Amino acid sequence: MRVTATVNGETHQIDDVWEGESLMYALRERMGLPGSKNACEQGECGSCTVYLDGVPVCSCLVAAGQAHERDIVTVEGLSDTGELHPVQQAYLEQGAVQCGFCTPGLLVATHDLLSRNPHPSDPQIREALAGNLCRCTGYEKILDAVRAAADRMDGGPA
Amino acid sequence: MKAFSYSRPDSVRDAVAGVAADREAKFLAGGTNLVDLMRLGVERPDALIDVRHLLGHDIEPTADGGLLVGSGVANSDLAVDPRVRQAYPVLSQALLSGASGQLRNAATVGGNLLQRTRCVYFQDVTKPCNKRQPGSGCPAREGSHRDLGILGTSEACIATHPSDMAVALAAVDATVHLTGPGGERTVRLEQLYRLPGDDPSRDTTLEHAELITAVQLPPPSALYRSSRYRKVRDRASFAFAVGSIAAAMVIDDGLVREVRIAFGAVAPRPWRAHTAEDALRGQPADAADFAAAIAAELELAEPLRDNAFKVDLTRRMGAAVLTELAEAQQQGSGR
Ligand SMILES: Cc1cc2nc3c(=O)[nH]c(=O)nc-3n(C[C@H](O)[C@H](O)[C@H](O)COP(=O)(O)OP(=O)(O)OC[C@H]3O[C@@H](n4cnc5c(N)ncnc54)[C@H](O)[C@@H]3O)c2cc1C
Ligand code: FES
Ligand code: FES
Repeated sequence: MRVTATVNGETHQIDDVWEGESLMYALRERMGLPGSKNACEQGECGSCTVYLDGVPVCSCLVAAGQAHERDIVTVEGLSDTGELHPVQQAYLEQGAVQCGFCTPGLLVATHDLLSRNPHPSDPQIREALAGNLCRCTGYEKILDAVRAAADRMDGGPA
Repeated sequence: MKAFSYSRPDSVRDAVAGVAADREAKFLAGGTNLVDLMRLGVERPDALIDVRHLLGHDIEPTADGGLLVGSGVANSDLAVDPRVRQAYPVLSQALLSGASGQLRNAATVGGNLLQRTRCVYFQDVTKPCNKRQPGSGCPAREGSHRDLGILGTSEACIATHPSDMAVALAAVDATVHLTGPGGERTVRLEQLYRLPGDDPSRDTTLEHAELITAVQLPPPSALYRSSRYRKVRDRASFAFAVGSIAAAMVIDDGLVREVRIAFGAVAPRPWRAHTAEDALRGQPADAADFAAAIAAELELAEPLRDNAFKVDLTRRMGAAVLTELAEAQQQGSGR
């Protein structure tokens, strides 16, 4: 099957897609976008989070065919300036990244949270990131990063 | 995963005809349950008919003042709709207690209703399971059944229905609109699900190729406005229920005027507690009566070794939530 989709603002066409492939597999293995990570493949960890038509979803539970003619933004597309997005910068500065496997999914989820709610409370941050598991950091630094990103974005793009 | 075809028909009629023509075909909406189960080898359709784009994505007022929720509405959108939050808080709360943000964004109302049990034996194709493979047996009675059912179960199957949303919809008397090869019909939410008996393979009363097109909420009322959802789970968020309750109640002069109670995670379907409701109507609104009414409902329970705690849990959780609803109203009227 042929799948055509807009990914990070560009049209991608991929051929001979097997129906059983996930969107995550198609992004990583066929489109050269390995940012989204494959960890549980069951919707439980959020490391494969991408925007699909403007809302974050687990790309491991999206069949490749479902993505046909839809709009996708991956962690690679969060910033189009060549600089890191303020959310990415904040994760880096706050030491919210250890092994980094969970990071791409968390970046997309945080990006979405702050676009809907520029000043989230701690419970709101916890709830918004509940679908993203991290085995390394204990989450404290991640919360720091989200708060720092909110501050950073408040003063306009850093 | 077994090979299958994927298609995206242009109309509901074509989609229904496509599934009707092939016993092994399935509708696909958000994919968060079906894609998962196909990867596990539990579901083995030979054709996926994607209907997400054909389903209603709007929540519209009905002539009687209720709401008609298109079956393609995302769980996340239904949860935050201001009309739903105001008039049916139990529904919004139930939705927000389910899954994660990412999953609620992808999940649809129709798919949520038809998601399959999380019983570990059902999900593990190396194990027998009467629901997945009729006649193969049920290891859950002797094995791992802590999370499984105590009401409406059968010798053949003790699986529970995992949806939070469906429990809330049962409590607010929702109806489900269907379109199938034989035309359209509606069923009350409670009637959507069947008990396993000796054929656990079918979860619902739907015919093959019947499509859920919408869920209808009755007109707002003081009853539905005074409603809430409580979910007990193993961690504070992002886990399926160990037990849950959706309740709505109106009190008049210290007496229960109307009440709705539905339990989740204890039965193969959202369990509308009609016995408890009948016992409470017209009776004094106090904690002891609430507990007694729920205990009467639970007389039918058939708990097993490791899930007997659910009887107690359900009774205590139910009495607590009804007490909270009663207190909230007394405070409200005292102002
Ligand atoms: C990690 C994880 C945690 C979760 N936690 C919870 C939780 O706490 N609480 C909870 O309630 N749920 C939970 N869920 C389940 C989730 O809510 C469901 O997977 C989701 O609602 C299914 O909707 P969907 O649109 O993705 O369905 P799909 O996967 O597309 O379809 C599910 C089934 O419904 C059928 N179907 C879909 N739409 C229609 C229609 N309109 N008419 C007829 N048939 C149709 C399909 O053929 C399929 O059999 C969780 C899921 C995951 C993966
Ligand atoms: S890989 Fe998709 S949620 Fe874990
Ligand atoms: S940094 Fe390792 S999983 Fe989060």
